[in-house]
Amino acid sequence: MSLLSIKNLTLSIHGIPILRDVELAIAPGEIVAVTGESGSGKSMTALAVMQLLPQGAEIAGQIHLSDEDILAAGEDRMCALRGNDVGMVFQEPMTALNPVKTIGDQVAETILLHGAMDRAAAMDRAREVLARVGLPENRFPLTRYPHELSGGQRQRVVIAMAIALRPKLLIADEPTTALDVTTQAQILELLTGLVREFGMGMLMITHDLAVVAEMADRITVMRHGEVVEQGSTGDLLTNMQHPYTKMLFQASGHKVVLPAPPPPAPLLDVANVVREYRLPRTRLFSRPEYFRAVNHVSLVINRGERVGLVGESGCGKSTLTRAILGLEDVQGGHIRLDGEPVFSGQSPNLSVRRKMQVVFQDPFGSFNPRHKVERLITESFHLLDNPPRGAARQDAVAEALTAVGLSPDDAQKYVHEFSGGQRQRIAIARALIIRPELILFDEAVSALDVSVRAQVLDLLADLCRAYSLTYLFISHDLSVVRTVTDRVIVMQSGEVVEEGVTEQVFANPKHPYTRKLIAAAPVLPELGVVG
Amino acid sequence: MLRYALKRFLSLVLSLAVASLIIFFVIEIAPGDPATFMLGINAQEDTVAALREELGLNGTKLSRYLSWVSGMLTGDFGTSYTYRTPVAQMVADRLKVSLPLAIFGLLLSVLIGIPAGIYAATRRGKGGDIAVMGATQLGVAVPNFWFAMMLVLLFAIKLRWFGAGGFPGWDKGFWVCLHALTLPAICLALPQAAILARVMRSSLLDVLGEDFMRTARAKGLTHLQAVWRHGVRNAFIPVLTIIGLQIAFLLAGAIIIEQVFYLPGLGRLIFQSINARDLIVVESVVMLLVFSVIVVNFLVDLAYAAVDPRLRSRE
Repeated sequence: MSLLSIKNLTLSIHGIPILRDVELAIAPGEIVAVTGESGSGKSMTALAVMQLLPQGAEIAGQIHLSDEDILAAGEDRMCALRGNDVGMVFQEPMTALNPVKTIGDQVAETILLHGAMDRAAAMDRAREVLARVGLPENRFPLTRYPHELSGGQRQRVVIAMAIALRPKLLIADEPTTALDVTTQAQILELLTGLVREFGMGMLMITHDLAVVAEMADRITVMRHGEVVEQGSTGDLLTNMQHPYTKMLFQASGHKVVLPAPPPPAPLLDVANVVREYRLPRTRLFSRPEYFRAVNHVSLVINRGERVGLVGESGCGKSTLTRAILGLEDVQGGHIRLDGEPVFSGQSPNLSVRRKMQVVFQDPFGSFNPRHKVERLITESFHLLDNPPRGAARQDAVAEALTAVGLSPDDAQKYVHEFSGGQRQRIAIARALIIRPELILFDEAVSALDVSVRAQVLDLLADLCRAYSLTYLFISHDLSVVRTVTDRVIVMQSGEVVEEGVTEQVFANPKHPYTRKLIAAAPVLPELGVVG
Repeated sequence: MLRYALKRFLSLVLSLAVASLIIFFVIEIAPGDPATFMLGINAQEDTVAALREELGLNGTKLSRYLSWVSGMLTGDFGTSYTYRTPVAQMVADRLKVSLPLAIFGLLLSVLIGIPAGIYAATRRGKGGDIAVMGATQLGVAVPNFWFAMMLVLLFAIKLRWFGAGGFPGWDKGFWVCLHALTLPAICLALPQAAILARVMRSSLLDVLGEDFMRTARAKGLTHLQAVWRHGVRNAFIPVLTIIGLQIAFLLAGAIIIEQVFYLPGLGRLIFQSINARDLIVVESVVMLLVFSVIVVNFLVDLAYAAVDPRLRSRE
């Protein structure tokens, strides 16, 4: 008797088909992972079980939770089931909690709502559950507000809310995607522990195949709203049938071959850099205190070298990136590109800025939606003294677009006409068009699906061969950094703790923090077994 | 929280000081000599000079500013040039009408606007939403004196439920006065309620799209429970800003309504004083209005902090 059974589930929203004939079953105590790329319908499957689908949804088929027919249950009955029999954990811990209510109240709300106990008992249970998820009351009082907690701690609160009434089924929708590797490892361990302890069933939705392989009992692979393959984790990993599954796993572990870097000749010189932020004063007339985000960091990037920068959120890698780009002044040390300071006076040094470009993480938010691609990618021309005009300009646009695998005709389109991966190509074209000496990739592939990510990584390798790029690749994704960089720098709490040839650092990490990072990152099983 | 309040309070005192300076000097440079105005064009030179002396118009600008400010701090607003009565008394008499009218109007505006906005947001795109939005469109577009005339025609002349205007005075009893203020308060409140409803609706719609609303549903709250418990308070911050702006308008912006309903309010006092070059009254009333706006803003700032814990800890 399965806990959750989905049969022939078909869903359309405003007439657009979303799911087709989805079949899925979860037994008590079992972890079933649903994986696939964006648009595969994995989140919609979860929302269908919760009956929290968007407006205009038309659903057919069967969803049974124990004996209960979910699709026949009315809204009142669903309200009784949600939170009580089914708990749900969402992707974005930063926004999943109500900012104006204390964590104690938010956890207790689930308990009070279902009338399980009176207020005092509910607060006791909230205290107990929060302690169980790793937020003991002596360090995290119930009166804390969400903004006083880190992302990982907030996710623990969300989990506490979901499991407060010990539901039979826990649905976790990308529960660790927004978290650091070490936090991710802790949250995954917590979830697995809870499932085993309470005998819950868990529907885990994630795009991260390494996570799937590590914790799921069974795997369901979805594409375009259909289940393409499912089976127990061991069977599926050793004996993949569907080409899409094979492609997914191969793309996840995708490796590229970089050309050998030229002999070292320094390009970027970061020496003893300190970057401090003034903290809000704790008392009215006290001396201001400072937070040192980057603490005496020195590094060199040689011409033609590909360098990775890794570390958890808050380690100072973004601050360092902004300082290298000359967007902010530093409080100590200097940053020079080709011997010239990147920051002069109150503004970035133009003659240096034209030698540097950046590609950001979010392919959807980093373009002005009102501009055509041509205008977007030629924006950096204003850095040049003598930008190409007329036919030369057209040629430059065409060449940049061709270089990133797009067509010159795309110059006349708007960004909304492109997919996430294509937009990231446009971002690279924008960086490439003035032939910068150095490109900074700030989490540039983190928001992409694995297959798209693999293509963008291939593109990077191609560009390295064609233009002998020099770049700094900032990422929390260790497996990507491992394949696209020659040298890697590990940062912790504003300091560089380890630096070395990428393969050597990964194979033989010296610093305990590096070891911790590498150990925490989920590992994709070797794909030699894939037929 | 205390530090936040203290900081806001300091900024309140500073704003008041700057505002008083600006008001004093702007009115000083306005053309027209009150003494000449009071005595008429044909007055003797020495009579005018004597009156100027009596009114204190002869001192240096700074000394006159300081005596004006220190007078206000002790409740002495000076003496009206035209009526020769203490300004404080005149203003107090007018406030007895204007303040209750403003509070009444504000209450109506909040009581109509906020529920209407919440209702529209929860029924987004459905009939109720469209009806509320249509009504608020009218409320914003139609000038309030037109409402005033229509209400008078309907309730005072046709149905005879209310008087067409005038104010009996508080000694005639609370309910009698409230009755007299009802139509003017409704006229004042309708456009404000329409604005509040629109702001409340859009702010709540933004909040309804937030992730934590989905979390609330996943806990088992019904749609309406989620809206009330998690949505409304989060949606309230922009609404508070608008309410703060409205209080100032309701206090001083009622000139037309006071005129239509023949109410002896602050708005009419300003109007008459400007016409009569009674600068000391104008200065005092404007300063009073600025004072109330700044105090209201201070209260709104405190209300922000009460609603949003993030503001409490940031400062």
